[in-house]
Amino acid sequence: MLSFSTISKSIDSWLRATFSDTWTMVIEMLIAGICVISLFAILGLILVLMERKVSAWMQIRLGPNRVGPKGMFQSLADTIKLLVKEGLTPDGADKFLFNLAPILAIIVAMLLMAPIAFAKDFQLWNMNIGVLYVSAVSSMMVISILMAGWASNNKYSLMGAMRSGAQIVSYELSAGLSILVVVVLSGSLNLNEIIQSQADGWWIFKGHIPVIIAFIIFIIAVTAETNRAPFDLAEAESELTAGFHTEYSGMKFALFFLAEYVNVFIVCAIGATLFFGGWMPFHIGNWQGFNHVMDFIPSSIWFFGKTFFLIFLIMWFRWTFPRLRIDQLLNLEWKYLLPISMFNLLLVTAIAILGWYF
Amino acid sequence: MTNEELKTKIAELLPQASFDESGQWLTINVAPAEWKPLAVKLKQDTSLYFDFLFCVTCIDWKTHLTMVYHLDSTKFRHNIVIKSIIDVANPAIETVSDIWQTANFHEREVYEMFGVNFINHPDLRLLILPDGWEGKNPMLKDFEDPVNMIKL
Amino acid sequence: MVEEIGTTTDGDIIINVGPQHPATHGVLHLVITINGETIKKVEPHLGFIHRSIEKMCESLSYRQFIYVTSRMDYLSSHINNHACALCVEKGLQIEVPSRAQVIRVLMDELTRIASHELWWGAMAMDLGAFTPFFHAFRERESINDIMEETCGARLTMNYMVPGGVMQDIHPNFQTRVKNFITLYKSKVGEYNELVTGNIIFQNRMKGIGYLSSEDAISFGCTGPTARGSGVSCDTRKLYPYEIYNQLQFDEILETGCDSFARYMVRVREMNQSIRIIEQLIDNIPEGDFQAKTKAVLKLPKGEFYQRVETARGEFGVYIVSEGGTTPYRIKFRSPGFSNLSALDHIARGSKLGDLVAMMGTLDLVIPDIDR
Repeated sequence: MLSFSTISKSIDSWLRATFSDTWTMVIEMLIAGICVISLFAILGLILVLMERKVSAWMQIRLGPNRVGPKGMFQSLADTIKLLVKEGLTPDGADKFLFNLAPILAIIVAMLLMAPIAFAKDFQLWNMNIGVLYVSAVSSMMVISILMAGWASNNKYSLMGAMRSGAQIVSYELSAGLSILVVVVLSGSLNLNEIIQSQADGWWIFKGHIPVIIAFIIFIIAVTAETNRAPFDLAEAESELTAGFHTEYSGMKFALFFLAEYVNVFIVCAIGATLFFGGWMPFHIGNWQGFNHVMDFIPSSIWFFGKTFFLIFLIMWFRWTFPRLRIDQLLNLEWKYLLPISMFNLLLVTAIAILGWYF
Repeated sequence: MTNEELKTKIAELLPQASFDESGQWLTINVAPAEWKPLAVKLKQDTSLYFDFLFCVTCIDWKTHLTMVYHLDSTKFRHNIVIKSIIDVANPAIETVSDIWQTANFHEREVYEMFGVNFINHPDLRLLILPDGWEGKNPMLKDFEDPVNMIKL
Repeated sequence: MVEEIGTTTDGDIIINVGPQHPATHGVLHLVITINGETIKKVEPHLGFIHRSIEKMCESLSYRQFIYVTSRMDYLSSHINNHACALCVEKGLQIEVPSRAQVIRVLMDELTRIASHELWWGAMAMDLGAFTPFFHAFRERESINDIMEETCGARLTMNYMVPGGVMQDIHPNFQTRVKNFITLYKSKVGEYNELVTGNIIFQNRMKGIGYLSSEDAISFGCTGPTARGSGVSCDTRKLYPYEIYNQLQFDEILETGCDSFARYMVRVREMNQSIRIIEQLIDNIPEGDFQAKTKAVLKLPKGEFYQRVETARGEFGVYIVSEGGTTPYRIKFRSPGFSNLSALDHIARGSKLGDLVAMMGTLDLVIPDIDR
């Protein structure tokens, strides 16, 4: 089978033969950058379309169906519309921060792409602290939201930003603790090694009930962290019109929008990597024949299949549940999820030490 | 209670009130100064117990204004109508918003539409008309609006 | 209003909710004072859609003014028209044929269901759940189709006239209403699964927006808002008009006094409306659909008041006649106006997100409040 590593190695050796070492590095970084940006744009388009189709399906509608076959170019048309729109900056706004906020949001989302393994041997940066990096960088998202809320000079924006700040800071804890469950079991912070540790079965199956609990908490926490309904208090259009991005229009709004969807993709990719084995095909213990058959399905299909399943799950939440209130939201985290995940971590540590997992 | 019983009961409370039975419900005409004390009694009297003020309005008769209060009792289900003629030059009547809280909004509406001053009203400001409204009160018969079509 | 905008001295923030705000369902303007997320004061400012309908009616004849009233509470326009027609009939002492009476009641109850369907969807949308809105519209659409066939309109019906109804029902009317009842009954379980039983929804609604029965009466609340506080106020039962005293239906009362009680009253009320329709749909008597009336109606000198039960509460029409062809003065007692006045009372001390839920449970229709 065609492997990404062969392609990248051949490009690398050709570049090294043609250019000097410095130029090779520059060109390789450029290629990687272009890949990430185009992946970004394509992901945004696909996810927006997917969201609209899923919501239409839930709401007994058809969804976009005019632009292109089955409305496939609808989000492209919307992007062009947003690009040519005037980007307004309100009079009383802090202009520098106001314009910086969407860019920061998108940079954070881009940085998070780095350690994700999209397929076998297809990873931008195989760093040994991948999990730590993801949780550290993703918490920077709140800065851009606070910046947008503050700089807009609008009370709705400010309230949305403050809500978002309280929410993201709280739910980081649960998300982090449930990620730690898998880290404890696999014994590594490196995303690649975590995937390799699932070669004889995914953690969600190997790890008994504690990992299932950790997975449920993880899904709840990341839904809250990405400000998606039922935790969309930062936007809450029936209360705060549009929350922190009330004053944004045109491309600046589109950047927030894009960052939100890419964040959803990233947290689902991390979830798929930690609990469902990332690109690792469905393997059962020592069933060599079965595992071999599963290996015939390309690893990228496994990865995107799992990720999109989780994305669908999060979209399903959004279109079914009503929104929580701010005090209920914080109660849920501090009174229920945090104690449960702490106890769960303790339990998993004991299981890992005693080796009571498959 | 039937209309007759209501009549005797209210005549006890307010001997100078005059009654009119031609309409759907018993109508009681009171002077503006007598209205507030009567209202307190109508609400508090256990055999009357008029606790539901369902309509407050005003009628412009050009020579005078008439305040109309429709009262209902949720306990006994009898209705009465209170009417009070007020002076067009200096329209004022005591508020009843402390007895029936719904009167707060209804009286504010009458205040801006007819210009009736409700004495002791807690919050007598414009509710529907834009702030800083100057000119006549729109529901008066001699109000003319040259811009917006109200009279068809 | 201008000097109120900004920040008060003790650190409270004043926010303008509306007139352009997704949760006000129209052009309602609320000036709210909040401390953090907690509401300290709610002050409604009205008049953004005030058309002075009462003043307009003073120069319209008794046949014409009914059409203006469809534009007040546009979600129960049939019932508004009905109240006006009844009030004029009361003045002229017109005997309405029994066929017309049954058709009127059928239309009223269909309107009530349509209005509650829309409220149900919009209420869920206020709480952040979008899907119920579309599910509610599926059923509401079939009511609108029935209306369109018979009345020729989907929103402002103008179907009731003094003396009966404008024209006879469409030949398909009965079959389509029966189909609607079958559809509704198959879907009502879905409503409860999707929204009523949801744990987030229940937590958002229970114990929120407490309105005691004394306050409900004092604020003049009527309809489901008051019945959620256990106040019996269904005009159809207490002061029956048309043929309501011959029908079997229950007045829904809930004693929770909170948002959830008001929600449950409306959900249960839809079933009662279905019950009324089921009793009548096969028993529409033959005969005229309109009584013979004069071309120009002249009400005798006097005052006439008619109370009816709309989807939002008690709607009253007060006509003062001087004996001419136009009313001397008309007053519409709209249920939304009184219900809105209770908002400040129930919202104080609760969270900003709950204000939206409370406004939803009061079922405010702004043209009905502003008139």
